Amino acid sequence: MDEIRNVIIIGSGPAGYTAAVYAARANLRPLVIEGVQSGGALMTTTEVENFPGFPDGILGPDLMDNMRKQAERFGAELLTQDATRVELTGDVKTVYVGDTAYRSRAVILATGSAWRPLGVPGEQELLGHGVSSCATCDGFFFRDQDIAVVGGGDSAMEEATFLTKFAASVTIIHRRDEFRASKIMADRALANPKIKVAWNTVVEEILGTDGSVSGVRVRDVRTGERRTLDVAGLFIAIGHDPRSELFRDQVEVDENGYVRVDAPSTRTNLPGVFACGDLVDHEYRQAVTAAGTGCAAALDAERYLAAIAH
Amino acid sequence: MGTTKAVTDETFDQEVLQADLPVLVDFWADWCMPCRKVSPLLEEIAGEMPDKLRVVKMNADENPATVRAYRIMSLPTLTIFKGGEPVKQVVGAKAKSELVRIINDAL
Repeated sequence: MDEIRNVIIIGSGPAGYTAAVYAARANLRPLVIEGVQSGGALMTTTEVENFPGFPDGILGPDLMDNMRKQAERFGAELLTQDATRVELTGDVKTVYVGDTAYRSRAVILATGSAWRPLGVPGEQELLGHGVSSCATCDGFFFRDQDIAVVGGGDSAMEEATFLTKFAASVTIIHRRDEFRASKIMADRALANPKIKVAWNTVVEEILGTDGSVSGVRVRDVRTGERRTLDVAGLFIAIGHDPRSELFRDQVEVDENGYVRVDAPSTRTNLPGVFACGDLVDHEYRQAVTAAGTGCAAALDAERYLAAIAH
Repeated sequence: MGTTKAVTDETFDQEVLQADLPVLVDFWADWCMPCRKVSPLLEEIAGEMPDKLRVVKMNADENPATVRAYRIMSLPTLTIFKGGEPVKQVVGAKAKSELVRIINDAL
């Protein structure tokens, strides 16, 4: 365990695994700290229809399993544990998994993003009791109930549509008067007979009775009018925040916590430290764009290592 | 998925409550994506500790009586039964090392 490796990759979504494939094929023998929740955001998604190469679509977990196997095939070492601390400055970087220290000359940050909570009263208390961010975990909870989904992007459209398989009705709560989702996803949701929309509406409080959700108090942002939606569940899909807590004080990040890179490269402000995927990208945030920057990060790391060897 | 034995509302009493070994019940559904990650790990674990634990799978969509009886609300839910009683319940997908730790603590 005293060896200094070539590259450690932190993260295991499309960015992390693609970086692993390329780094392994460059004979860098990468170590991937996958995290206990490995596989990234697609692990809770059902059909992935827009990743190129799959004309009939592919289930999210299956796509990630394929990527993982591909990385393993070329010799990536995979550790399904969480990185707990990092030291990214200097020629040799250290990544801690609990008390175990792993050292390398290059590090690729690919930790992605986590769902953003609403931050309203009742949310934390009722998480798992009618408040959810994972439809493919909690579909049950919503069976035959009237529920609401808050959000206006592709995730909100997808989850709302998925949840119509279980729910009696789904009300999408959105703070503006049009969705930012892709046309195909928005149209699909709007065409669904079980889905209705509360436009120009924000959530103020989540109400509970006997330990589970009994309603959602909302406000119309144009009129100020308040009312309560009679729903038994609230699904949150308002966006994601980058998982940069572990290294925000070391690598340069923007005001929202996204890691800054010298685009189009994946170089951060620290030599030998590269960043890719949704940890960096808040513009596109697709599996394929994450995979693309994961590849770039591996190639950037390879060039860096070759340069410092001379 | 795999070779883990499936139990139903009808066979639950015999296979789980009356079992001579502790039994871990893996509640899953085909629309539950995180379940796909956990079920193969449980199969591996079952193979590694055959004298200490049995692992069975229960399709939560097809077996509403058991799901209601044990108040399963989110999937995956893993419930460890010892002597006919649920002694540990874990909700959500976990890494293999964490599952092993939880199981060893419960046994």
